[in-house]
Amino acid sequence: MTVLTDLTVAQIRDGFRAGDFSARDVAEAFNANVAAAKALNAFIVETPEQALTAADQADKDRAAGALKPLSGVPIGMKDLFCTQDVQTTAASHMLEGFKPTYESFVSQKLWDAGAGMLGKLNLDQFAMGSSNETSYFGNVISPWRRNDGGNAALAPGGSSGGSSAAIAARLCPAATGTDTGGSIRQPAAFTGISGIKPTYGRCSRWGVVAFASSLDQAGPMARDVRDCAIMLENMAGFDPRDATSLDLPVPQWESGLSSDLKGKRVGIPKEYRVDGMPAEIEALWNQGMAWLKDAGAEIVEVSLPHTSYALPTYYIIAPAEASSNLARYDGVRYGLRDLPDGANLQDMYAATRAAGFGPEVKRRIIIGTYVLSAGYYDAYFTQACKVRALIARDFEEAFKRCDVLLTPTAPSAAFALGEKQADPLAMYLNDVFTVPASLAGIPAMSVPAGLSNEGLPLGLQIIGPALGEQAVLNAGLAIEERAGFTARAEKWW
Amino acid sequence: MDRRADASAPSMSVDLTTVKKIASLARIAVGEAEAEALVPELNGILHWVEQLGEVDVTGIEPMTAVIPNTLRLRDDVVTDGNVRDKVLANAPQAEHGFFAVPKVIE
Repeated sequence: MTVLTDLTVAQIRDGFRAGDFSARDVAEAFNANVAAAKALNAFIVETPEQALTAADQADKDRAAGALKPLSGVPIGMKDLFCTQDVQTTAASHMLEGFKPTYESFVSQKLWDAGAGMLGKLNLDQFAMGSSNETSYFGNVISPWRRNDGGNAALAPGGSSGGSSAAIAARLCPAATGTDTGGSIRQPAAFTGISGIKPTYGRCSRWGVVAFASSLDQAGPMARDVRDCAIMLENMAGFDPRDATSLDLPVPQWESGLSSDLKGKRVGIPKEYRVDGMPAEIEALWNQGMAWLKDAGAEIVEVSLPHTSYALPTYYIIAPAEASSNLARYDGVRYGLRDLPDGANLQDMYAATRAAGFGPEVKRRIIIGTYVLSAGYYDAYFTQACKVRALIARDFEEAFKRCDVLLTPTAPSAAFALGEKQADPLAMYLNDVFTVPASLAGIPAMSVPAGLSNEGLPLGLQIIGPALGEQAVLNAGLAIEERAGFTARAEKWW
Repeated sequence: MDRRADASAPSMSVDLTTVKKIASLARIAVGEAEAEALVPELNGILHWVEQLGEVDVTGIEPMTAVIPNTLRLRDDVVTDGNVRDKVLANAPQAEHGFFAVPKVIE
């Protein structure tokens, strides 16, 4: 008998259409998995009733012959997307209890496509983190464990760590993520799933709690490349309420899928061969090249000369934008208010923000405030914006010689919770391969490609030129077909 | 200021007074111990990002848009509004249809 929670989005959609099962059966099966997985702490809010309501509607629509693209498919929603009347926290104390009176563009689009919501997924606080250890609502625990017989709790990656853990543990077939410097791709790599950050502007930021507006981009996370294509088609689209939304038609990425890469060139950026790269990561990268060659592609070496400056550029620009965006949390209009006895308005602001933000968020706001302050603005912020232009130009030059780039997604497999928390810099270095594409605003995805010596998933990243999602998905599919990644976390929760 | 021009100058670093001043500009109350802990953390990060000063950016314009995208103009008509209660719904304190704050004028 089919285990419904083992099915992909495409399998659920097609099986539901064929009448193999009802949408209610699917929703109930996933609701049960969610309810039984408290140990993973992947959800901040569970919404089983909403999943059932959408399922019942899908069953009615099927009977009436009015199927929608995602009818019958329940999904998880990262708790960075505003959902009407459902608590939206960005995993912060600041927004605890905040119930938006409106729906984000991306989530509305998914509901309009027939999807149902299983719940709001945990994340790093305000999406700031690479391990899901900065959430006010506690760490997400990866369903994966090392093969050493120990039970060390591992990071599911971040910031979309609730999304990655939930998909890997079969609590939902797909979920939304957001990616500012790698927050879709790194967690996908850590948990053996797929995820794509599309071109900046493909998915509207309207109703997404803002972190760094010039970098923030929503995208899907799912078990395979096809599911990412299906989800992205139902998340992307023009929205006049986001000034940076791209006014372009949404391509039919699913029907455009093809793993035949004949005539395509895959670039290998030599600067990504960083010092101290673990042998297993390098071996996986070489394996990826062999797979793409097998799919018909030609491998060429390319150069992205400013790669090593991407992380420091990011850690000026992202905190600068965050310090500006998070100025809105003032204890007046929404969110927490901390009003000590006898406090005036200024005291209230400072007390509210001290109580409402966690240490990493405060650290980034303070860095951002410093680099934007008089006397340092040009030296730090303007310089970073100029280097960012050079990083984007590097990619433009590289894409004159190739169609996509292949790199590892992360410099290692998942680390243990607590392992990198003492040193903010060590944590930031985890994003070394993902940040450059974010700065350039170009599409990039991670696909699972193998296991580490410790038995943990490793991902490969494909980066494409602006609006080149199809080429990225197709190269991802070529790897997926050859990697045959079927490993899954053994259930312990 | 051109960072490359003063590459030989001692790197910028923050002290306790600066950290407290920046935290105050950011409207975040920090205790003495918290501020002291932030000093080496911020200096570590700032020292690290200062490597950007060595990049030659002669003639490079700061990047302002990741995808060239001209700002759209829309018709100058009201498209939203009349949602006062929705706007106030999540306010920590709302009175008489307004946000309420502690007394500002003595």
